[in-house]
Amino acid sequence: MRTRFLACIAFAVAAGARPAAADFVIAFIDPLSGGAASAGVSAQKHLAYFTDKINAAGGLNGEKIVVNSYDNKVSPQESLIMLKKAIDEGARIVFQGNGSSVAHAITDAVLKHNERNPGKEVLFFNYAAVDPALTNEKCHYWHFRFDADVDMKMTALTDDIKGNPKIKKVYLINQDYSFGKAVAAAANTMLKAKRPDIQIVGEELHPLQKVTDFSPYVAKIKASGADTVITGNWSNDMLLLFKAGKDAGLHVNWYTYYGGGLGSVPAIGKDGVGTLKQVTEYHNNFFPQMQPDEAAFKKRFPDKNDELFYWRLRSTFLLLDAAAKKAKSNDPAKLANALEGMKMDTPLGPMEMRADNHQLLQPLVVSTLSDKTKYDIEGSGLGFVTDRKIDAKDTALPTICKMQRPS
Amino acid sequence: MELVTFSLLNGVVYGLLLFMLSSGLTLILSMMGVLNFAHASVFMLGAYFSYQLGRWIGFWPALVVAPLLCALAGAAIERFGLRKVHASGHVAEILFTFGLSYVIAELVIMGWGRNPIENRVPAVIDFAAFKLWGTSYPFYKALMMAISVGMFAFLYLAFKKTRLGLIIQAALTHPQMVSALGHDVPRLFVLVFAIGSALAGLAGVIGGFALLTEPNMANALGPIVFVVIVVGGLGSIPGAFIASMLIGIIQTFAVAIDYSGLDLLRGMGVTIARTSPFHEVLAIKLAQAAPIIPYLLLVVMLIVRPRGLMGTRDT
Repeated sequence: MRTRFLACIAFAVAAGARPAAADFVIAFIDPLSGGAASAGVSAQKHLAYFTDKINAAGGLNGEKIVVNSYDNKVSPQESLIMLKKAIDEGARIVFQGNGSSVAHAITDAVLKHNERNPGKEVLFFNYAAVDPALTNEKCHYWHFRFDADVDMKMTALTDDIKGNPKIKKVYLINQDYSFGKAVAAAANTMLKAKRPDIQIVGEELHPLQKVTDFSPYVAKIKASGADTVITGNWSNDMLLLFKAGKDAGLHVNWYTYYGGGLGSVPAIGKDGVGTLKQVTEYHNNFFPQMQPDEAAFKKRFPDKNDELFYWRLRSTFLLLDAAAKKAKSNDPAKLANALEGMKMDTPLGPMEMRADNHQLLQPLVVSTLSDKTKYDIEGSGLGFVTDRKIDAKDTALPTICKMQRPS
Repeated sequence: MELVTFSLLNGVVYGLLLFMLSSGLTLILSMMGVLNFAHASVFMLGAYFSYQLGRWIGFWPALVVAPLLCALAGAAIERFGLRKVHASGHVAEILFTFGLSYVIAELVIMGWGRNPIENRVPAVIDFAAFKLWGTSYPFYKALMMAISVGMFAFLYLAFKKTRLGLIIQAALTHPQMVSALGHDVPRLFVLVFAIGSALAGLAGVIGGFALLTEPNMANALGPIVFVVIVVGGLGSIPGAFIASMLIGIIQTFAVAIDYSGLDLLRGMGVTIARTSPFHEVLAIKLAQAAPIIPYLLLVVMLIVRPRGLMGTRDT
């Protein structure tokens, strides 16, 4: 009797500490405070929306998806501690996106964990860290990237520059870490190949999410006589750069990765009309009508700052759901196997999870800011119009990844 | 020429903003011996208050009311917090203000959210003050300069020329004597804390839209303000002014200079091979190293001249 009682308590304690056996735990490790919090908080809302959608439809093979959030303050060290905690708390998939430096730390740790704990693998779903190395030199079986990498996006941007003979002088300003350096390197090589006549008049690397006023950098851009700026800046670094540019009356073409990110369009305002370009997988004026997910997302998060910005997270969860159905199991190793090479149709065209390096190939869209769009961004009255759509298959680049599959 | 002029202007503006922040801090530090970690948080409160008030009563009234609210907050912090902790010594005081900075940051997040708020330059002052070589110079930056210089003049005169200033100065060095002469030193402390907080609040009103109003803004500027007061010398208003300008201008110019150690050595006729272990370090441009320059200055200053530029006692 007594042992049974104790066993009951032990069970109750175990049940309280760990999620119920029928939960599928996803760990979300991203900045939720500090200078990059706006990006993390926005993605967190996307995760809530898309997991609820799957749960409402019966869950992942009948298991309810639970998202645990961990604040890593964009620090690789902090992320490793959080990752350990997440795995202890039963996470089977780790989501991270902000900061390629962080992704490098997590991808290494996940690989190490999986090698040491066969049968208890975790997957790393990278939704925004786009350093090409992650699917090349550093690729491994447990890492999947759902965002196009720096080189794929730069190919799209430089193709655009190639067709614009008015561009003569380009200035590169980027964040001083792996991602920013990858953007600068890609811009250098691709411009040299596609437009050898273009002069790169400046190359700047500034501290990541630490600059409070970009005026000194803008003065430098002005002095260089650049007509075009290429930047991979994101979150506060993007909007503060726009703000300083607007204050100084800087009129250049902006070729950006994240110029449509939270707060950036209101920061540049009318100055960006016709000059601000971005490469993304989607924007809210791509279709003449709002997509059902966008409408439902807006309904759930009615604040004007909340947009369905991460269209790729929609793709991510569609693929995850399909993989779970195909594998008939929620075991991470089986999910990974099912995801490899998976193809799916999206409203923008087909997409495919490359088997050779686990990079998602999805349609990319180059768009320009306009003041004549049906839907605007954050109540600014401005929105993006599509210049060009690139089909998923045309975004593929060669890889040096040598994928090692578990035997 | 163009770059030099604008770097100078940007440097001066940044320096003057630093002065607005550090003048209040140095006042509090010299008077009460409290390194107030919550000072930058009060600056942040100023930014948020002015944003909120600006929507209700307009920009110009907010420019006055927001600092007053910060002064009230400062007075309350001193009267109901610091004074109680004071008995337990300096460490307790520092820990108290340190904890307070976190509390204020969390309160701000609860009130206005984690994302940067849309604290745009108010329409009444959103125009170019002048144009030089095609680059416009926004009026709000000119206003910022004027307010900061006015603040310096006010503080300087108030301390040197008024009776209250004399008493505060006396209380700096001889609190017991001032107290024995019948002055209410604790009340003086509340007053100084309130003035310091009001100055931080005023800096916040301007800094709010010049920079970015978000819960992290206190952390972004907090450390550099400490550098300013140490370099300038504890308790010295002119010292804080000179140090702010110095740091503002040095940092801004450093960003504009694209020379690296390699270039310097090349100028002296030495070339470093790409394979050399020093190549990577020497290849760092001054522009990239700009953010650490103030802290380098802090370290050098503490070694060479611990009392700072204009200070009267060692740090």
